[in-house]
Amino acid sequence: MRAHLILKDGTIFRGRAPLGFGGGGEAVFTTAMAGYQEILTDPSFAGQMVCMTFPEQGIYGIHADLNEGTRPWATGLLCRRLTFAPDHHRSEGDLAGWLKRHRIPVMTDLDTRALTQHLRDQGSQPSLIWTENDGSLDAGVARAKALPDMTGQALCAEVSCKDRYELNAGGAYRVAVLDGGIKLSILNQLVGAGLHLEVFPWDAPATELAAKRFHGLFLSNGPGDPAALPGMQKEVEACLGKLPIFGICLGHQLLGQAFGGRTFKLKFGHRGANQPVHDLMTGRIEITAQNHGFAVDDQGLPSEVEVTHRHLSDGTVEGLRHTKLPIFSLQHHPEASPGPHDAHPAFKRFVELMEKNQR
Amino acid sequence: MKSVGEVMSLGRSFQEALQKAVRSLEEGHKGLSGALEGKLDLGRLKEHLLIPGPQRIFWVYHALKAGHSVEELHRLTKITPWFLREIEEIVVLEGRLRSFALDRLPMELLEKAKRAGFADDQIAVFCSGTEAEVAARRATLGLHPAYKRVDTCAGEFKAETPYLYGTWEDFSEAEPTDRPKAIVLGSGPNRIGQGVEFDCCCVQAVEAIRASGVEAILINCNPETVSTDFDTSDRLYFEPLTFEHVKAVVDREAAGGKLLGVFAQFGGQTPLKLASPLHAAGVKLLGTPLNTIMDAEDRERFGQALKRLGIPAPAWGMATSFEQAKDVAHRLAYPVMVRPSFVLGGRAMAVVFDDAGLEKYMREAVAVSNDQPVLLDRFLDGAQELDIDVVCDGEQVVIAGLLAHIEEAGIHSGDSYAVIPALGVPEDILETVRGYARQLALDLGVRGLMNLQFAVKDGIAYCLEANPRASRTVPFVSKATGVDWAGVAARIGLGQSLKDQGIGDGVPRAVSVKGVVFPFAKFPGVDPVLGPEMKSTGEVMGIGETFGEAYAKALLAAGIPLPLSGTVFLTVNDADKARLPELAQKLVALGFGLCATEGTARTLESVGLKVRRIFKVNEGRPNAVDLLKNGEVQWVINTPLGRDAFFDEGAIRKEALRLKIPCLTNLSAALAACEAVETLRGEMKVRALQTLG
Repeated sequence: MRAHLILKDGTIFRGRAPLGFGGGGEAVFTTAMAGYQEILTDPSFAGQMVCMTFPEQGIYGIHADLNEGTRPWATGLLCRRLTFAPDHHRSEGDLAGWLKRHRIPVMTDLDTRALTQHLRDQGSQPSLIWTENDGSLDAGVARAKALPDMTGQALCAEVSCKDRYELNAGGAYRVAVLDGGIKLSILNQLVGAGLHLEVFPWDAPATELAAKRFHGLFLSNGPGDPAALPGMQKEVEACLGKLPIFGICLGHQLLGQAFGGRTFKLKFGHRGANQPVHDLMTGRIEITAQNHGFAVDDQGLPSEVEVTHRHLSDGTVEGLRHTKLPIFSLQHHPEASPGPHDAHPAFKRFVELMEKNQR
Repeated sequence: MKSVGEVMSLGRSFQEALQKAVRSLEEGHKGLSGALEGKLDLGRLKEHLLIPGPQRIFWVYHALKAGHSVEELHRLTKITPWFLREIEEIVVLEGRLRSFALDRLPMELLEKAKRAGFADDQIAVFCSGTEAEVAARRATLGLHPAYKRVDTCAGEFKAETPYLYGTWEDFSEAEPTDRPKAIVLGSGPNRIGQGVEFDCCCVQAVEAIRASGVEAILINCNPETVSTDFDTSDRLYFEPLTFEHVKAVVDREAAGGKLLGVFAQFGGQTPLKLASPLHAAGVKLLGTPLNTIMDAEDRERFGQALKRLGIPAPAWGMATSFEQAKDVAHRLAYPVMVRPSFVLGGRAMAVVFDDAGLEKYMREAVAVSNDQPVLLDRFLDGAQELDIDVVCDGEQVVIAGLLAHIEEAGIHSGDSYAVIPALGVPEDILETVRGYARQLALDLGVRGLMNLQFAVKDGIAYCLEANPRASRTVPFVSKATGVDWAGVAARIGLGQSLKDQGIGDGVPRAVSVKGVVFPFAKFPGVDPVLGPEMKSTGEVMGIGETFGEAYAKALLAAGIPLPLSGTVFLTVNDADKARLPELAQKLVALGFGLCATEGTARTLESVGLKVRRIFKVNEGRPNAVDLLKNGEVQWVINTPLGRDAFFDEGAIRKEALRLKIPCLTNLSAALAACEAVETLRGEMKVRALQTLG
């Protein structure tokens, strides 16, 4: 079915909606060539339609063990070409069929390169996949203009677990995990590091997160605008100084805010599997997986908080460390999935931090 | 590994890139379909699918077309099913295209076809139209290629890489600049007969164009080359060198600034073939005009020019049947050189010595039809061949370089060792050849480079052929003389005369020898005997103060070092017998042992030299070939004895090539090689190229 991608700024790209229905969300792009399933199921993509810059998608099908969440959380897939008959010895189905089952719209035959360049120049923005059944283009443009921006959206409630649960009971250290939309591979990495996890919903209070039984607190990734989560921020602030804390992505941003800093929206974010990060502590460059549209502003951070990592392309903050308290955080994803494993040692660092700072 | 070249193509889908790659090969395929037209024997399908060969992808296509399943093909070929399914989609698209007449072809299907990499001329076949009609239909529907940049960052950052490819999208990122500009057509994939030599010419031209303040735009599809480095030209279009793709780039670039025109003379035969259709489409050719190209390429017209200027040429004729060919051959007198008139670069050429050989050639080697007659030339056996490169601006002609072949006549110039300056050829002959070349360049109206080949026999220089373009020898001549001759030619195309440029005849800075590298080790089945069909895949250059030094270095670089001791096998023709003792005494003085067949041995013994007599190949054993095999001979010096010994010599040279034993076929070269041995025994001198001349 013919369709158009209509951006909030009125720009229109033509293409097709092979599943026969449209949808909406913030249009963002990722430069990861493969990894569509991990990306689409990553809860941090909630509310976003992902444009894959690599033109051929779906080649290796769908694999149950590649999910990063309980379902696809992205609200749309924007691509140039989609393989309907995948080819992989472990493939359990095709990408299009899987998306159709989950009612996630797809747009194909899209000039994804032109779209990427537009988002790069004009910024990520709300958009609509508008099929020929949805009405006139003018109506679509009017609808797109009325879409809410990502700034100010709190989305953790949607993707977080509803009830507390435990993993790997009997692990060496007991860690509270604040689930703002945690990726399964982060949980796997924490379990792999030998930790006993208690995972709390996004709105858990500090009294629970910093309970005496915990050796450490982990703050997860998650979708939306971190500045729209004053409640979470307050609880995290209350945990500072009580136990060792490690935050990734949204967790890092919440820590930045709890330290007294602020976050801001990046023009088009960092999304991909080969984002270069400078580790200022070691001088090493790590090639990392990233997925974030907001960043911590290094202006306004207190003097006892040190910037430990910076993005090589734009110099934005990629890691923080408290010089007095056992707290550190990373903006990028050491668990990768999809992506390279340069930053993996971060999980070991968390374990060592707990070792050194036993309560 | 057996391939000698490769292509690269870019598209926004696998299907598009695959079909563009197939076109880029320049093997006459418009895409996956039609490639085996007329050669398809579905009875042998399984064999062609099971055994990998260069045509297998086309057999896969036709198997899918014939209804075989992806699963079955995967079982036979082990090709990953995803690729097979993508090819199957192309097959399905071909079927849909075939169900429409051109003027009814819907926009949606046509766009889908272009996005799957179908070329206009291919769609034309499916829909019973012409390439021009398909292009017109596209224009009516508003379907034009877009150009995307390759930036290595997927568009995440603004990049100014001038590296572009054509595809079928709505948004283009190649806005033409407002500068004056010129397009250089590249040489496509490396293959025997057209390799990186031509890329070197293209790069020289691009550098000259850029230095002249003109934007240099290059079109090529060979990832191995310097021309396709992203920073060689101002703009690189990574596209197949076919009319459709080239014309689209021309149209795109003509939309802004001032497109001065297109250079078709630097990339060898590939762009030259495009000159005519581009000219017909109103594209301005820079440098040598189309008429001149036609005059030089067309045998009849070139013959008339030679006649008009009184330049000798071997007698020739054309034939479409064996009977006709026999008449022509008898008129010319054997031996004759035969070749299909439609191929260039020496493919399927042969020297024929008698009726039986001619009949065999006409029957086996060439599929003769009235459209494709066979060309017969009187073969000047034993002649000295010369290669000359000239540059002409319409007023003046300068000689870039004049090379003497070291190999005997009849061996393709690309396979022959050659030396500059043309040592061993009398100065008056060289001056005659220079004069002929000047006359021809002016008469034909060359604007830029032209290569001519001459054969000197009995003091007469015969013109064999002319190529109105940069030749294979230009990089060698450029390095030997220190002048960027292709750059000189490019500047002429931009309107700068030789006088403006201050360019005179090329002066060799030293003695330079071109050596040749063969791939025979990779192809055990290929007959390594050299002939009119080019077989080499690479060349080397040896530079020295003397021929001996340069020759020794060239042989060394080509992996065939001259022996410093051992036994030399000598056979020379009667004409060379007078100078044989001089050579033999030199060899003996150097400490070599001698062996020879009967005639040569008698001459040597008559001057008191000790020589081991051995049999010719057909006389008994052990013969010369046996000695080579046994490692008893380290060097072969064999000047051609003509027809009777042709096959005997062939067997010897074949064995020598296989065993990497140096084999000289020219007495002057052999004498010089004695100097080379002395050089090799002493200390090899090394100089920086920049300090020469």
